Amino acid sequence: MPRLLPYLLLAPATAFLCLFFLYPFSLVAIDSLTDRGAWSLRNFERMADHWKFGSTFRNTILLAAVVVPLQLTLALMMASMVSRLKRARGAVLYIFAIPLGISDLAAGLVWLAIFEQSGFLNSALTGLGLIDHPQLFLGYQSKGVIFTAIVLTELWRATAIMMVILVAGMGLIPKEYGEAADVFGASRWQKFRRITLPLLKPSLQTALILRVIMAFEVFAVVLALGGTNLPVLMSETYHWQFTMQERGVAAAYAMVILGISVGFTVLILRLLHVPKEARP
Amino acid sequence: MSETTVRHAGNRVFIAAVVLTCIWVLLPIYLLAINALSAPAEVTGFPKRFWPSFDLASIQFFLGFRGVTSALWNSVQVAALTMVMAIGAGAPAGYAIARFDFPGKQVFRFMVVMTRAFPLPLLALPLAVLFIRVGLDDTVIGLAFVHTTLALPFAVLITYSLFSGIPYELEEAALTLGCNRVQAFWKVVMPLAAPGIAASAVFAFVVSWNEVFAAAVLTIEHRTLTAFLLQSLDVSPLPLKFAGGAALVVPALIFIFAVRKYLFAMWGIANR
Repeated sequence: MPRLLPYLLLAPATAFLCLFFLYPFSLVAIDSLTDRGAWSLRNFERMADHWKFGSTFRNTILLAAVVVPLQLTLALMMASMVSRLKRARGAVLYIFAIPLGISDLAAGLVWLAIFEQSGFLNSALTGLGLIDHPQLFLGYQSKGVIFTAIVLTELWRATAIMMVILVAGMGLIPKEYGEAADVFGASRWQKFRRITLPLLKPSLQTALILRVIMAFEVFAVVLALGGTNLPVLMSETYHWQFTMQERGVAAAYAMVILGISVGFTVLILRLLHVPKEARP
Repeated sequence: MSETTVRHAGNRVFIAAVVLTCIWVLLPIYLLAINALSAPAEVTGFPKRFWPSFDLASIQFFLGFRGVTSALWNSVQVAALTMVMAIGAGAPAGYAIARFDFPGKQVFRFMVVMTRAFPLPLLALPLAVLFIRVGLDDTVIGLAFVHTTLALPFAVLITYSLFSGIPYELEEAALTLGCNRVQAFWKVVMPLAAPGIAASAVFAFVVSWNEVFAAAVLTIEHRTLTAFLLQSLDVSPLPLKFAGGAALVVPALIFIFAVRKYLFAMWGIANR
């Protein structure tokens, strides 16, 4: 084997990642820490002093804190269903996986069709005689409803990715464990708690990291359903970059998103650490 | 109750749960389809009917709207370029880490895995300025570079798992039978890996087709469909939004169907 061949094969991908991943991220860091060519924390001060920053940060964290646990539960349920199915497994799996291919913007528009004033929720509620005239669900006075609509949309859209990772992980668990548990008369729930969950740790880790980072990046869903009524970190970044043309502050926002993303990745890696020898 | 009746009841609950979950996934898409396939007056009207009138006026309105066809075309171009670049750079790298042991391999793998801990669409912020300097601002290829960065780690990991699954002995056999390395790859490995590579190419296409943030930051005149829809959210009429949403969803449905066999091969290994 020619010694240089692997490096030759890696060269394009490496060059790409250096040029479009490492280099731009160092640029964001520099942009956020400089003001008119000199090092300063002014961008961060301006970001933090703005009246919207507090609610923006809170909204993003709160959304992630509500969505991710619900989603993990739902994904585990869906993955268990798929693993238990004998017939029609392929079809059910395809249906469950559909949202995987749907963009956040499209998902936002899908749920807008349900929640807007002349939408399907109002139509169904009046049709059933529960209300006599259509309600304004997504107005600026009803932030709670907007929040709920966003949570539902995120649940609908992004559970699929966790589900697929978990189904793949469940497939890696050796059958012998379950059979042994059957011999000792374990219930379904006991098997899930004592065998599936512990052995699923590596997949749970991957699924959670991907999902938490996606939660901090939430953007188009929020804009489609709430407009500017419920600011989140990503939409504020966009706003400062595009509308205000303040790249320094936008970079400061980017650093905040980056910081919490990396922080949570490390945290999840720590909490769900599995030694290499213990992996199935 | 006898044990079999309990089991039957349990099975019925299980089947009901599966059916309900399927409805939870499919119903919202059906509702969007109703809106896309009804006349604009019905879309803005109230109350809504729960079946479509199969009136194509909304779709026609959408396609005739200024900027839509060019946005669609831009989306297709960016996604196609992303697909080519992600596979072109990713597949050789995947092959290298699947087949060879060499110093630096772990560093590369670490860099690829690390990209997952980063909110990649944010790359668009510094690149917006950089692209102006080198003349790539507001171009299809510039945006495709960013989307390739999003799709490349997946392409590397997926092709790595594909090539790992093809025994090296096959290649060795071809080498002893007089093929050179390149021939052995094209005649033996490629036919086996082709369907999986196609699936990961489709995946790269979808990543680009769906991306909103970077597209909205990096394009002004040459908007992609997602950027166009996002930037007109607060001014566009409802029929335009819903027809646009449907235009985003339909390719996704087809693509997921096309790669359904590989979803798990992709994610099972992307785990490690």
